[in-house]
This record gives sequence, structure tokens and C-alpha cells, in this order.
Amino acid sequence: MRDALKEIGVFVKHLLSVRDLKKEDVLSYFRKIEKMEEEVRKGRTNLLEDKIIATLFFEPSTRTKLSFQTAAKRLGAQVVNFNADASSLKKGESLMDTIRIIDGYVDAIVIRHEIEGAARFASEIATHPVINAGDGANQHPSQTLIDLYSIKKLRGKISGLNVTLFGDLKHARAMHSLFYGVAMFNRNIALVAPPGLSFDERTVEEVETEFGVKVTVKEKPEIDDCDVLYVCRIQKERFSDPYEAERVKKEFMLTQETLKKAKKDMIILHPLPKIDEIAHEVDSDSRAKYFQQAQLGVPVRMAILADLFGKV
Amino acid sequence: MPLKVEKIENGTVIDHISSGEGLRVMKILGIGLGFSARFALIANVKSKKMGKKDILKIEEKYIDEKDFDKIALVAPSASVNIVKGGRVAKKKNVAMPARIDGVLACPNPKCITNFEQVASAFFVEKKTLRCAYCERSFSAGELI
Repeated sequence: MRDALKEIGVFVKHLLSVRDLKKEDVLSYFRKIEKMEEEVRKGRTNLLEDKIIATLFFEPSTRTKLSFQTAAKRLGAQVVNFNADASSLKKGESLMDTIRIIDGYVDAIVIRHEIEGAARFASEIATHPVINAGDGANQHPSQTLIDLYSIKKLRGKISGLNVTLFGDLKHARAMHSLFYGVAMFNRNIALVAPPGLSFDERTVEEVETEFGVKVTVKEKPEIDDCDVLYVCRIQKERFSDPYEAERVKKEFMLTQETLKKAKKDMIILHPLPKIDEIAHEVDSDSRAKYFQQAQLGVPVRMAILADLFGKV
Repeated sequence: MPLKVEKIENGTVIDHISSGEGLRVMKILGIGLGFSARFALIANVKSKKMGKKDILKIEEKYIDEKDFDKIALVAPSASVNIVKGGRVAKKKNVAMPARIDGVLACPNPKCITNFEQVASAFFVEKKTLRCAYCERSFSAGELI
């Protein structure tokens, strides 16, 4: 069906991976997000009033799911939901069949799945737009757009910044996507992660080559020269030795003490939920911007949804 | 006395394989135990162009064009000759394509291609091949 649509010149827009985006695409999203922020200030809009959006979350999610649903509703769309535990998937239905059926009901699909490449696969089956809301440890492009827009809005600019990605980079899909996103705009990126939890050498080399950036890899929590500090959780379950897990977690916990040497105009971002990687005392530091970042989730996802239908 | 391997009447001759890569070409084409056709790998043959080369002859079997991509992965200098009635009916130099569809399996156990009925796809990049689905990159050696 998708091929048939292509043959007659109908191209369906998707958002699947940051790799599919160019710098101009991101800047274009920024303009659309600004418009959506204005719409949010005005209240509910009717840009997508004739649309039905399916949010298919095969994995647990709170913020991503709720902000996509809120974004859709603020645009006047209707949302249909899905409970993976109670669905026919439990009876062994393939993802292909599930997508084929739901695609026949709705106008767009937002999908999160633990299997990497699931969203791209879904986009090849569906005749309607598909948004990747996270596929395993691979990609989370809507989060990256939130992160990049947060940097622009909360730090005042998007380029010429020293950006530090901090925590368990290896297992966090938000970090994989963001690494490509920040490399589009910034020449200096530091990766600060405990030994064994940084990106693999191949990923680092690829980003350095593709974007001409300088990537510095550090195994100690050094953040003194950074303008944007992006923190993610260090997961205890990644360590075989619980004592080592505790030691590393303590070493990489962001505290007021760690922040003493940091720049005064640095901003701290986090995809949330945060557990104990940032001390509560940091929440009241003026540099902590993660709650404001989370609030941007709705206008960013409104822009993504409206853009799929050429409504913004 | 020079080693002689007879000509084939019908089948495929893969020539100009870099010396030492013939076994890898066999592996990637699935030629080994259980392969029914008669075949011969002639290694370290003198070559004006290459110094030394390997040649693989497969009798009564015409390899598929999509296998040319696989050969290019391990022997980018190879040429494939389709022989019919003792004459070369078709000759083609293999070339690294921009994308390889359906012939290599993704080694990532969490990749969708290992769960659903979908043909694998890899983008050929400078030093690696990237899975079009899970987006992980692999060296040619990891995929063969």
C-alpha cells in the first residue's frame, strides 16, 4: 500500500530518527514550535480537529505518552489508546498485523517499542504518519527536539556552546539521539560517563567525522567549562557489583558541591524522570532547567503532530 | 607442472578475487558442506594486474545478481562471469552498492529484523555497514 502511494506521488511524512533530520529541518521545527507555544498561550486550537491519533506504547511511559496525548488534544485531535498487556499481542499477533489494523482506524500513529527499528518498520507498513516515541536503545527523536529547543530557549542560543552529556550514555536512547542533535550545532562535545558506560568508539568516530566536531571523553565528573550539562540516570542494574554501582552513583551524583566550579550561566537539563542522580538541593539552583524543559514537551510535540499534516 | 582446472561449460566464474579472499567469497555465497554443485577454488593464481588472485568456479549454477553485493563486501575487485555453452554470456565487475537489501542478517538481537518478517537492509558507509532499522553499524567482518 505504501509503495502504491509512493507510485502516485503521495509521500507520507514520519518522524523516526534524528539521523533523518538535517540542521535546516531542526531550525524549521524551532519556528513551528514557537508558533505552537503561541497557540498554547491562546488555549486549545482546532488545527487537527478532524484527526484521530493512536498512541501505541508497548513499553511503560508517563511523560512522553501524556505529552503526546496532551499535544494531540490541544490541537483538537482525538486520541485512541492502547494497552499492550491486554492487547492481541499477548496472543502472539505480529507487530506487522497490529500496525496494519490500527493504521486502518486512525490518521497517525505514535509508537514506543522495546525492539530497535520497530518505528521504522511500522512506517513501512502504515499508510499514515508514524512518530517514533522511542525504540529500544536506538532513537527518541521527539525528545531530541525538546532538548535542542530547550537549549535554544533556556540558554539563549543553540550554536557555539560546550555541551556535556553526563551519566550512562550507553543505555540511554535519549542520549544517542541527542548526541547527533547537538553535533549539528556545536563543535565541542564532552562525554562524561563511568568507565564502560560511554558511547562506543564507532559512534564517537562517526559523529566526529560526519559533523567535524571535537568529542572529549571523560571518566570523571568534570563540568567546569561546559555551557549545557545534560544529565541522565546511571542505572544500578548495569553493574554486576552492587558496591561498585553505589560508588559510581555517588561519584556521578550532581550536587551543589559539583556545581561550585561550573559556569554561572550553564544550564542543567535532564530528560526526566530523575531518581537520585541529581541531589534535591540542585532543583532550586537557577541553572537547573529540567522542569522547564519538560514543560516544553507539549508545544514541541504539538509542532511535530501539526507538521505531519502540513498544518503549521 | 602447472596446476590445471578445466573450463566449465555452464556456470559462474568469479575472477579477480584478491589473493586469500576466495574462502570468504565461498562462505558468503554459502558454498561449503551440503553445497551440491561442483566447484573449484584456485588460490594464488598469477595475475598481471593483481600480482596474485583467487578464482572461484561453480559448475551448473548461476549466481543471483543480488549476491554480487555480497561478493563486493569481501572482494570488491572481483568480476563475475556467467558462462553458458562454454562462452562468457555476461560479465560484470562487482561494485559496492549504497544499500544492501535482504542478504545479510543484523547481528543485533534487539533489531526488528530478527523479530518480524522483514528483509534486512544495510547502508554502506565509509568503513562500516549500518542497519537501516536498528541503525547500529557493523564492520563487514561482523556481518559475514
